Amino acid sequence: MRFLARGGRSSKDRTSLRRHRAARPVLLLLSLFLVGATYAAVSPATESVADGAADAQLIAQGKALFSQNCASCHGLGGEGLAQQGAPALTNVGAAAVDFQVSTGRMPMANPLVQAPAKENTFTEDEIAALAAYVASLGQGPAIPTEDQYNPAGMSPEDVSRGGELFRTNCSACHNFKGAGGALPNGAVAPSLQNATPKQILEALRTGPGQMPIFAEGALPDENAKQVIAYIEQVNAVPAAGLSLGGLGPVAEGFWAWVAGIGSLVLFAVWIASRGARA
Amino acid sequence: MAKPAELNPDSPALEVKTPPTSRETSKLAGPVTWVDDRIGLAKLAGNIRKVFPDHWSFLLGEIALYSFIILLLTGVFLTIWFKPSMAEIEYAGSYALLRDVRMSEAFASTLNISFDIRGGLLVRQIHHWAAMLFVAAMTAHMLRVFFTGAFRKPRELNWIIGVGLFSMGLVEGFAGYSLPDDLLSGTGLRFVDGLIRSIPLIGTWAEFFVFGGEFPGTLIIPRLYMVHILLIPGLLLGLISAHMALLVYHKHTHWPGPGRTNRNIQGYPFFPIYVAKAGGFFFIVFGVTVLMGAVFQINPVWLYGPYNPSQVTAGSQPDWYMGFVEGAIRIMPNWEWHLGHTTWSWNVFLPGVGLMGLLFTGLALYPFIEAWITGDTSEHHLLDRPRNAPVRTGIGVAGMACYAMFWLAGGNDILATQFHVSLNAVTYFMRVAVFVVPVLAFIVTKRICLSLQRADKERVLHGSESNIIVRNPEGGFSEAHVPLSQEEAYTLTRHPQPKALVPNGVKVGRVRQTLSRWYADGQVPKPTAAEVAEAEHHGAIEGGEGDERVLEGSDSGDAH
Ligand code: HEC
Ligand code: HEC
Ligand code: HEM
Repeated sequence: MRFLARGGRSSKDRTSLRRHRAARPVLLLLSLFLVGATYAAVSPATESVADGAADAQLIAQGKALFSQNCASCHGLGGEGLAQQGAPALTNVGAAAVDFQVSTGRMPMANPLVQAPAKENTFTEDEIAALAAYVASLGQGPAIPTEDQYNPAGMSPEDVSRGGELFRTNCSACHNFKGAGGALPNGAVAPSLQNATPKQILEALRTGPGQMPIFAEGALPDENAKQVIAYIEQVNAVPAAGLSLGGLGPVAEGFWAWVAGIGSLVLFAVWIASRGARA
Repeated sequence: MAKPAELNPDSPALEVKTPPTSRETSKLAGPVTWVDDRIGLAKLAGNIRKVFPDHWSFLLGEIALYSFIILLLTGVFLTIWFKPSMAEIEYAGSYALLRDVRMSEAFASTLNISFDIRGGLLVRQIHHWAAMLFVAAMTAHMLRVFFTGAFRKPRELNWIIGVGLFSMGLVEGFAGYSLPDDLLSGTGLRFVDGLIRSIPLIGTWAEFFVFGGEFPGTLIIPRLYMVHILLIPGLLLGLISAHMALLVYHKHTHWPGPGRTNRNIQGYPFFPIYVAKAGGFFFIVFGVTVLMGAVFQINPVWLYGPYNPSQVTAGSQPDWYMGFVEGAIRIMPNWEWHLGHTTWSWNVFLPGVGLMGLLFTGLALYPFIEAWITGDTSEHHLLDRPRNAPVRTGIGVAGMACYAMFWLAGGNDILATQFHVSLNAVTYFMRVAVFVVPVLAFIVTKRICLSLQRADKERVLHGSESNIIVRNPEGGFSEAHVPLSQEEAYTLTRHPQPKALVPNGVKVGRVRQTLSRWYADGQVPKPTAAEVAEAEHHGAIEGGEGDERVLEGSDSGDAH
């Protein structure tokens, strides 16, 4: 047993790296390179104008969809309607919309403690339009890109590090293998078995419902990817027999009585009913 | 040099015994003679004909005994590889998802048993399922003894030994559950740490004593290991032997029936019939346990991860037999006193330490309380049918209901997620239910018992239904009754009924009088001899008529 040292050995390695003689020049070079690269990515003016036009069209399309499907609760400008219990969407960002709509939580059918996930009826383009519109209302996390969440090619060490992070940050609500758990006042932390890597990262960045927000600063993309890899792999581990729902000892106790004592009592009845044929 | 003490050869106290020569005692041959000369096998022959009655409910204790044997066997296998150490290492075994994670040697060796020892995972799972069954079978066995009144004189001591076995079983299971040092076992230890600390005045001191310092320290796993594989198994073995010895000494109880009295016992002889049946049953229990170990995953510690005080998981529960304590703590309102610098955690002490104390003390004392209430000092070798002791049965069901409510409360989060109800709603409901449901259970159970008594009486007086419905010429329907066999009528009427204590000569306290009246209240009086005779007379005619009518009916059925 021990207390968790976040980052463990690797953070020590990092400090010693930083103290290295070559560290400063290398850092300087790196930041120069970064500035250059960012400039190169942002500068081409012609494309940006075209983008802008496309964006404006997307936002307009999104606005139309929004007023049809969402405005009844969130208001026409996404300002939120208190009587519907719907929050303002002015600063939730595109990621929140993509998460809420792609998991089928939004549009909500009727106000409840927690929007249930259900079949999503919007196409990808429609979601993108809605997201663009809501993003245009203020600030907030953008929809993450594939390289931010795709866990392919992680090393086993990365994945087990993800396991540590998962048990430290997520299992308290979502259970040890993401099977889900109960929260106070009727809320539940849902099972993570059907969440896509993209949705997991979006959930982290936007903190849906009672889930806290795990921002870049607290859980950098690199670590988030490790967590995603762990969630994917732990659910692929074959169970040692039937997993009984992955719910832990309550289910085990139930089966001990029903299958174990139940079958043994049947056997006992059978044995006692056989007379002695001596 | 030491010399033997002097003896007075004339003393009347002096007796001289000569050991029997082997020729004298034994007509057996070869190795059997050899053994017999040394441990007196032939004398055991008397016990070989000991009689055991046959009823499925008498086999529940055997399930417990056999699962204990399975636990010993599989447990020894586990000790070969398990390392009871809290020293920290980096995992380098074959389960990739924990690669390089820092953990105790205890946890690493459990992973090792699970993934790198051939058959290790199967044996671990068998061990754990057997542990669940061990305690479950003890519980079921105890309920059987309770509801049939088998704990009454002269078996009170064996009942107390049984309660001891039951409580030791809980401690043993808890110790074992804590050994692998995974996230759940550590959380469980933390829970017990809280229970210990909640004890007023000595709590903190006791915690330091048990954990060798502050929780978790580095001593608790080696200590629990000693408790788990030496101390408690030793106590369990001792108590089981005493339990069995008393069983043989008292002989088994049996169900009432013709020829079965408080002075005899009917059943099959221990050898060969009972041995064959019991031996067969051992293999069945073994088979079921192995099958469960092979088919159902249990305690997947690799998913829980190593214990780490900064981590916790939804669905942290103990094994089922500690669930009632967990539940009590989950639903307890947050009562605490703050006096000066001290905190008095009634919110943990009462539901934790208090409830367990109440359960075991209540169980241990019940036979004496009941005997005091009924004033019954006679020996009982015939069992009660539960319906014929309605108050006892009611108390038993109420106890079960109360236990069940605490138990369900221990899984309040699982109930909430699986049945889509609010966690708070479950908790509030349970707070009321632990008090109300037992009372309802008592009332309903007693009612059912009394109705069954009435049905029995009906049956004795009017016979059993013949299952033949007859239509008479007027178009009415009736069912003929056939008189009971002598045997069944006897079985249904032989039981003594609880009677209220009347103070004749001896002084009986007010409380005791009230209790004994409550205990005897509402009994349906057994049919008297006169009633039976009357009914027989009447029934013979009615039965005859009925039979006739049946014949008539079936004959004329074709003619119509
Ligand atoms: C029936 C009313 C209702 C409708 C219709 C509805 N919402 Fe919501 N929405 C809510 C409520 C209530 C919440 C807060 C629910 C929660 O926290 O679980 C919410 C939350 C959200 C959030 C998360 C806000 C945050 O703080 O992270 C987003 C994003 C969102 N809605 C987008 C939409 C979009 C897009 C639509 C239309 C497709 C929509 N909603 C339709 C009621 C509604
Ligand atoms: C305080 C409890 C809590 C913690 C801690 C928490 N979550 Fe959640 N999580 C929730 C709740 C509640 C929801 C459901 C929100 C809703 O439906 O509005 C949720 C939803 C999610 C979803 C969406 C699942 C789906 O497909 O419907 C994902 C993915 C998720 N969480 C991942 C994580 C990860 C990864 C972590 C750890 C870094 C984490 N959560 C930590 C409470 C929590
Ligand atoms: C003398 C007999 C026993 C021995 C030698 C023994 C030995 C062990 C050992 C070495 C472990 C740790 C290894 C592991 O967890 O895989 C263990 C675990 C355990 N034991 Fe025992 N045991 C004995 C009897 C019992 C009894 C009577 C019970 C129950 C009442 C019990 C219940 C448990 C439990 C629940 C575990 C945790 C198993 C798991 O990891 O899933 N044991 N035992």
